Amino acid sequence: MKQVFSILMVLIMGWLLVSLVPLGQPTEPGSVAQHYIEHGVEENRGANLVTSVIVNYRGLDTLGEVTVLFLSVAGAAFVLRRRDNGLRRRCRPSSEIVQTGARLLFAPTLVFGAYIFVHGHLSPGGGFQGGAVVASAVLMLLLADRRIHLPHRVMSWMESMVGFAYVMTGLAGLVIAGSFLSNQGVLPLGTWNTLFSAGLIPVIYILVGLKVGTELASLLDNMIDTGRLYPSSEGDQP
Amino acid sequence: MIYLDILMCVLLVVAALVAMGVRNLVSAAIMVGVVSLHVSYIFLRMNAPDVAMTEAAIGAGLTTVIFLVAIRRTEEEER
Repeated sequence: MKQVFSILMVLIMGWLLVSLVPLGQPTEPGSVAQHYIEHGVEENRGANLVTSVIVNYRGLDTLGEVTVLFLSVAGAAFVLRRRDNGLRRRCRPSSEIVQTGARLLFAPTLVFGAYIFVHGHLSPGGGFQGGAVVASAVLMLLLADRRIHLPHRVMSWMESMVGFAYVMTGLAGLVIAGSFLSNQGVLPLGTWNTLFSAGLIPVIYILVGLKVGTELASLLDNMIDTGRLYPSSEGDQP
Repeated sequence: MIYLDILMCVLLVVAALVAMGVRNLVSAAIMVGVVSLHVSYIFLRMNAPDVAMTEAAIGAGLTTVIFLVAIRRTEEEER
């Protein structure tokens, strides 16, 4: 009976796999996608159409994504919050190579992350990618020296302020143009393919970049620094 | 160029199989990161640079580190 059931399952799964193959073929874009392709550039003046879709046409979804990220990071911070249960043990400090490399690479990586999210409307990438690069810069710093703490108060303040500013930007669109997160009439659209163009899109992507960067950085800080892996001899001073 | 694509796809499958088969958890986590790197190359070749950047930064970078930290901490709990 078990074998028959297994063979049946394998056959059904194989049939599903074969029938899924034609779905991967490129098709004509639907009417909504056709509108984005034809009118996206003139409506938003963003050189990167993907960004226009993510931040303007699907701006509410992006707000939801940022909220989901915030909730998951808050949950992780609740589980991983620093427990001082006396189990601290000595751990080796990082090697000279790691420390020097991290010191050398920290500032360029941070600037590169900021570059990615500031230029989100012009080149590939944007708030999420730039925020992840910023968080990896902070990660290098945390791995090089275990005594470094992120200032939690500053991080959480910045995170809440940035989220608040995102909603305020959306409300500005609601008041001025009549729909939440609208890009029409709030800021001048500017000329295509320049840094100060595309209206609210770069503003929102900078906010998203800062939010994702601080959230991922504080998640990594919570994971790495939970008291356990901490050198107990020299780092006990707050 | 098509040969490079085929090579990357084959390496992707090999890395995924190694990640499943290897006994050492640290090697498995690193192989998962390698899979993400190959996937991001494939996204780039399919004209999706935005997705490729996300996959490289989050899949290959941050997720691997989070896996490694989690493995290290659970090993300490087990001892």
